[in-house]
Amino acid sequence: MKKWIAFWNILLKDVRSYYLKPPNISWGLLFPLVWITMFFIRSGMGMDKLPDLLPGLAALSILFGTTSVLSVTVTFEKKGRSFERLLLSPISLELLMLAKTSGAIIFGTINALVPIFAAMFLADLSALNWYIFIPAIVLIAISSTFLGLFIAVSVKEVFEAQTFSNFFRFPMIFLCGLFFPIASLPIFLRPLSYALPLTYGTDILHGSMNGSNLMPFWMDFLVLSGFCVVLFYFSLRNINKKWIT
Amino acid sequence: MTEQKRNWTGGNQESLIDVVKLTKTFEDIIAVNEISFSVDEGEIFGFLGPNGAGKTTTINILTGLSRPDSGTIVVAGLDCTKNPKAAQHLIGIVPDESNLYPELSGFDNLCFCASLYGIRKKERCERARELLQIFGLREAANRKFAGYSKGMKRKLTIAAGIIHRPQILFLDEPTTGIDVASARQIRQLISALNSNGTSIFLTTHYIEEAERLCNRIAFIVKGRIVRIDTIENLMGQTQGQHVVQFAFQTTTDKACEYIKAEFPELQCKTVSEGISIESPLPIRVGPLVRLLEDNGLEVTEAKKILPTLEDVFVKITGIEAGMMKQEKEKMKMGGNA
Ligand SMILES: Nc1ncnc2c1ncn2[C@@H]1O[C@H](COP(=O)(O)OP(=O)(O)OP(=O)(O)O)[C@@H](O)[C@H]1O
Ligand SMILES: [Mg+2]
Repeated sequence: MKKWIAFWNILLKDVRSYYLKPPNISWGLLFPLVWITMFFIRSGMGMDKLPDLLPGLAALSILFGTTSVLSVTVTFEKKGRSFERLLLSPISLELLMLAKTSGAIIFGTINALVPIFAAMFLADLSALNWYIFIPAIVLIAISSTFLGLFIAVSVKEVFEAQTFSNFFRFPMIFLCGLFFPIASLPIFLRPLSYALPLTYGTDILHGSMNGSNLMPFWMDFLVLSGFCVVLFYFSLRNINKKWIT
Repeated sequence: MTEQKRNWTGGNQESLIDVVKLTKTFEDIIAVNEISFSVDEGEIFGFLGPNGAGKTTTINILTGLSRPDSGTIVVAGLDCTKNPKAAQHLIGIVPDESNLYPELSGFDNLCFCASLYGIRKKERCERARELLQIFGLREAANRKFAGYSKGMKRKLTIAAGIIHRPQILFLDEPTTGIDVASARQIRQLISALNSNGTSIFLTTHYIEEAERLCNRIAFIVKGRIVRIDTIENLMGQTQGQHVVQFAFQTTTDKACEYIKAEFPELQCKTVSEGISIESPLPIRVGPLVRLLEDNGLEVTEAKKILPTLEDVFVKITGIEAGMMKQEKEKMKMGGNA
């Protein structure tokens, strides 16, 4: 019980201090909308093509939303020393990091829901399998958050976290099949695609939209969960090694 | 509240903290070198030493922020060597630099800190209000921590350290960089806390602070403990030592030469005020004044000096009192809360 009071309050503080701040709210809303608009202007496609774009947009919103906030909630607090207070409190490192990341997971999920809600008014989503789509969104949010965590605990400065995460994020837009099928990538890049968690998440989203998944759903879910576990494990190991000197 | 030491009987208490041969190195620096000590229940134990002596490193290891290279730590019977988190629910920590949240108000900071220890909302709020009152921060309760003055920040950091009523409180240089009045108030709060049963581990480089607050002191220099003892025993060290100081109309280097020539049994050294003469036997001032005046020196003042803890510290550690003073001034000018 005591542990959960701590967990809940860490989450609540982050939500209040970071996620509910106007810049973050506007970022969370604007970013996906800007992307949607940009795509339609660029491609000159009609609204009927929106369902094809939706998986990529949702994945992109999650990726950028989660990885950006973690460099603040973790790296910034580490620099300001307030993170020490958390390390000194009687809760396990696992629970502490789950509390610190759950805000980002919720934020990422909500980020993804913005383009989906927008799309519901603009296009016909009746073919969408929500029972697969929503769990996939949550799992993508978890894996992106843990990727953000991994980056945040590997660097010292907030700006390093931003640069380092861009190093991952931008290639992922192209490599993970968000907007172009992986099959259209040069053959030597394809192994790289399969080494990135988002590829599997995007595959589920595409599949739930129009059945165009490359791998069976169970395999996508399994691999994505595997990434979550591995990223979380290595993040904790890094914290243990680097921050408890 | 008074700045009075609690009657600590010593000896027969249970040890609350037991540290054996603790060592910690950072690359090529040995920050802490095989230190062993214990802190008894109900006492204020002081770590006194200059900058870089290893005080903060020791606190970090004991509280679980840092891992030792070797040695063992037992806190309240719990083995913290392997599991540094074992005793974290029993301890409160006030770091040398505040680690509260600048964007939260004083009140919210305290409530949040309490929640980390699993205290329920109603109790958290009550306790936060009570502490803000005690620490004279009630007016500032709803202001952001970032806008607090140094003294206010330090007080709130102490309040945050005790909000969960820890059995042991670690204080890292609680009064450094704080004005005299606030420092005095903080020392009173520490004494009061101790009177209510909290055991305290305190680091400082103010000798008077250690003398006023602590029951026992460890002198730590360059990562090594050079002496641990009660204030009474440490002061006893200077008993039987007699010191007399002479001041002159004009400064002179010759005074000690004249005295050494005539009274070789006396120890004489030049100090900023004039000269200082030491002897295991009572010093007769008359013959000395006559000798100095015969040599053309005009003695303006002769005074008996009572021994202080500072003298003991200098004697044991070999560290010049002036050096600690200098550090103090530096900290006062550039210190941070
Ligand atoms: N993280 C670290 N990396 C490298 N060296 C360190 C680290 N922490 C402490 N040290 C070194 O260990 C020694 C002891 O430092 P420590 O901070 O414990 O001293 P201190 O007694 O607290 O000094 P002060 O009075 O200045 O606070 C110093 O030489 C310091 O440079
Ligand atoms: Mg220190």
